[in-house]
Amino acid sequence: MRERTYLEAVNEALDEALAEDESVFLLGEDIGVYGGGFGATKGLIEKYGNKRVRATPISESAIAGAAVGAAMTGMRPIFELQFSDFITIALDQIVNQAAKIHYMYGGKASVPLVMRTAGGSGTGAAAQHSQSLENWTAHIPGLKVVQPSTPYDAKGLLHTAIEDQNPVMFYEHKLCYKMTGDVPAGKYTIPFGVADIKQTGTDVTIVATGIMVHKALKVAEQAQEAGISVEVIDPRTLVPLDIETIITSVKKTGRLLVVHEAVKRSGFGGEVASLVAESDGFYALKAPIKRLGGEAVPMPYQPQLEQNAIPQVSNIYEAVLSLMKQ
Amino acid sequence: MAKETKQVVDFDALMDEVNAEFPMIQILDEEGKLVSEDVQLDITDDEMVELMSRMVWARVLDQRSIALNRQGRLGFYAPTAGQEASQLASHYALEKEDFLLPGYRDVPQLIMHGLPLKEAFLWSRGHAGGNKYAPELRAMPPQIIIGAQYVQAAGVALGLKKRNKKNVAITYTGDGGSSQGDFYEGINFAGAYNAPAIFIIQNNGFAISTPRSVQTKAKTLAQKAVAAGIPGVQVDGMDALAVYAVTKAARARAVAGDGPTLIETMTYRYGPHTLSGDDPTRYRTKETDDIWVKRDPLTRMRNFLTAKGLWTEEKENELIEAAKEEIKEAIKQADQEPKQKVSDFLKNMFETPDQLLKEQIATFEAKESK
Ligand SMILES: Cc1ncc(C[n+]2csc(CCOP(=O)(O)OP(=O)(O)O)c2C)c(N)n1
Ligand SMILES: [Mg+2]
Repeated sequence: MRERTYLEAVNEALDEALAEDESVFLLGEDIGVYGGGFGATKGLIEKYGNKRVRATPISESAIAGAAVGAAMTGMRPIFELQFSDFITIALDQIVNQAAKIHYMYGGKASVPLVMRTAGGSGTGAAAQHSQSLENWTAHIPGLKVVQPSTPYDAKGLLHTAIEDQNPVMFYEHKLCYKMTGDVPAGKYTIPFGVADIKQTGTDVTIVATGIMVHKALKVAEQAQEAGISVEVIDPRTLVPLDIETIITSVKKTGRLLVVHEAVKRSGFGGEVASLVAESDGFYALKAPIKRLGGEAVPMPYQPQLEQNAIPQVSNIYEAVLSLMKQ
Repeated sequence: MAKETKQVVDFDALMDEVNAEFPMIQILDEEGKLVSEDVQLDITDDEMVELMSRMVWARVLDQRSIALNRQGRLGFYAPTAGQEASQLASHYALEKEDFLLPGYRDVPQLIMHGLPLKEAFLWSRGHAGGNKYAPELRAMPPQIIIGAQYVQAAGVALGLKKRNKKNVAITYTGDGGSSQGDFYEGINFAGAYNAPAIFIIQNNGFAISTPRSVQTKAKTLAQKAVAAGIPGVQVDGMDALAVYAVTKAARARAVAGDGPTLIETMTYRYGPHTLSGDDPTRYRTKETDDIWVKRDPLTRMRNFLTAKGLWTEEKENELIEAAKEEIKEAIKQADQEPKQKVSDFLKNMFETPDQLLKEQIATFEAKESK
């Protein structure tokens, strides 16, 4: 086992991609000597120079737009948004441009860019620096959306994202950065659209994303002690989504709980729940599908309230118990 | 035979024009002496003393805020030491009825504009009580999304104009903020409507780790005003008298109906970007720090006022002690503020809550009363 943090895993993937492919380059605010918002690009400017690791002006729209232009003309840009909340400023380039170019140009042009960004709460960064907006991009045809929860997945999925010929939105979670796990040396890829069963079980299926995967795994442990067997599925990529793995699991357990940190209302959990409800997995359900997500409030700054705003282990556990009662 | 081609455009001459001097306006030199005998000071002795007192106060607030943050008694904080003249001398040129749109580092101006210190502390702690401004406080809470305040300032200024107010909207961003689309759109928009706005760029040389030279090829940030068709002025941001004079002139211009002005203050933050983990030694040298400390706005003003017989060490010490007391008292008051509840947050969501929200509020209130 080669133990590395999630942050190191991201850094390694960037490092390996820069080494392997001359057309790969990075851009983003403070990604040079500073190592980026959270340290993911540490050491890279020293190694690859400032033409391949570009610390940019504070201009999210230009960062995204320059990436689109560069990508269309043969480069493979990877840009960092310090906080995923700043996507608001880059959205025209992402939604109206990057997502649609391949389609509108009749497949003649491609935009092989990767947007990397840190999402989620838990660091006391408050309302405008803590959102989970991945569902916005999942709603846009033309974008692939990745949300790794472990160091292993982060590295493999980032390599896949960089190789992809279309724009990929890569959502890292701030609280995952320090987590450690096995990260093989060298390049490896994880295909998009393949969910990972993080824990097998027979009574309840929990589909969780990002930081919620780890909370779900804790719940699975607790439930085990209470004699309940929980299966935890991490879709890893929202687009494309591996719904088959989820439906297969639901057919086995008959109970489905979907958990994400993003606000529950209009969240991605609604998509997962609907897809299951529309499938023949529906007949296997022993209880109505449950969803947990963030409260419909901007993220509070105060740590206790911040926790209250998103699902906690105890909420997930309660939801599992309530599913088991039915 | 090669034909002689005549240049259609003389780019060298054009670049000379682009880089035409935007001279840095200065009134006091680094020693605190008038740079020229001919300067007409449009500020009274009492006003100068008051301005200096405010800068001393802000320096104490900065030191205390850092200490309080380290003790876990204060939340988010972006240090201000070094920028006192840039912040407070520009603010001192305003009237109470002028409208202030600050950035996250501009808490001192907000306090001078009327935000009670206790509320500034609540803001730092993420308590909504820190943002519930009294109606007579003509300001918005500090902006955290770089550039957003610039476009809003254009809107505020438009409103002032429509209502025939003899007031201005003033907003602040940093050197980094001047790269943002909102920055350009804001100054252009205000210019297009001749709206009474003052746009300040506090150029402290860095945007977190990114040096000013990376932000733009423009020689000065002041010259960005040219494209918007408005005046751009660069001023020594460590020179309180110069910052005051320039802002006052910009204000007079705006109130007279002549439109917005862009002001670039050349300044420096001595401390880290914020107290959330920044280590400036990663991107700046002690040598650079030292150059700027020599230009210190307080030292300069102190020397000037002392030479004029308007300032003494005793007076300054008294002010420092009084400021410390005031801060101690305010943090105590902030501690006494009732803690926020989830139901408070829900209630803040909409002016009129819908049925679902009402039910949520009721659920949390029931839980909280237990
Ligand atoms: C739209 C947006 N992008 C990025 C950030 C992250 N960020 C916060 S402060 C900062 C640097 C700002 O530098 P500058 O404008 O020079 O102001 P200073 O902090 O030096 O006063 C950055 C990049 C942000 N808050 N908002
Ligand atoms: Mg700056």
